[in-house]
Amino acid sequence: MHIPDGFLAPNTWAPAWVISIGGLWYCLRRVSRVLRDKMVPLMGVMAAFIFAAQMLNFPVASGTSGHLLGGALAAVLLGPYAGAIVIAVVLIVQCLLFQDGGLTALGANIFNMSFIGSMGGYVIYNLIRKMINKNKGVVIGTAVAAWLSVVLASAACAFELAASGVSPLRIVFSAMVLVHMLIGIGEALISVTVVSFVLKTRPDLLYNEEIRHE
Amino acid sequence: MNKKEIFLSLLLALSLAFFVSPLASPSPDGLEKVAADKGFIEKEETRPAFLSPVPSYSWPGIDNDTLATGFAGIFGTVLVFGIACGVALIIKR
Repeated sequence: MHIPDGFLAPNTWAPAWVISIGGLWYCLRRVSRVLRDKMVPLMGVMAAFIFAAQMLNFPVASGTSGHLLGGALAAVLLGPYAGAIVIAVVLIVQCLLFQDGGLTALGANIFNMSFIGSMGGYVIYNLIRKMINKNKGVVIGTAVAAWLSVVLASAACAFELAASGVSPLRIVFSAMVLVHMLIGIGEALISVTVVSFVLKTRPDLLYNEEIRHE
Repeated sequence: MNKKEIFLSLLLALSLAFFVSPLASPSPDGLEKVAADKGFIEKEETRPAFLSPVPSYSWPGIDNDTLATGFAGIFGTVLVFGIACGVALIIKR
């Protein structure tokens, strides 16, 4: 879902840049308050895994592919703010070094995949985790947050494209949301696989706001 | 995470980036497909090459596509690991 240069008009990409810089600044400040030594390598490993996984496009429908975005997955392990920072690092490197996602569109891409993915994904995950007890809540919460965050990100992307005047909202919205309802299934499967593995081997690595706020 | 866990998880990420990425689906992703179907794909602008030393995840100068993609993957994976750890170290109180 990396928006290239040329799709977004300045009326859209400029405010998105401002929001992303402000949002990342807020994330860095929030994380610096709670960051412990043990989270440092985990942030690096999550960035590495998500970067690698984003290269692995899987086929979803006739002539279309999708790949992991990883926002919800990062949030389940790192929390909403460190998760958003990790996704933003991946997006910035992809944009500057690999020509994946435009430079003008970087703010919008960070908003869609890092903020909606990680912060939005965490809100959904946390809601479900509190309703369903134990590991079941973690797994179901991960699945729903992964799927829904991708669909919501695609909806935000559609609004940005429509605001830029490239396509009427009615048309681009349904097209984007429909295909990402499929891609989101892959997102949920990969996220649940990783989270289930961590639950089995190192459950203490999952982000737990109750413990960190003590 | 202890050293062994960090090493093994990095090894997994690097293996995905090197061995699995050449097998990835070459089809357009969701947004590209919508852009093509709805007729705005031609609006895409490509940046000057100096901004992207490794365009399209293909290491320049390697003729073999599989190797070019694999090396680009290794490079990016190591780089984001380093940057994310660096950011975490800097903001850690």
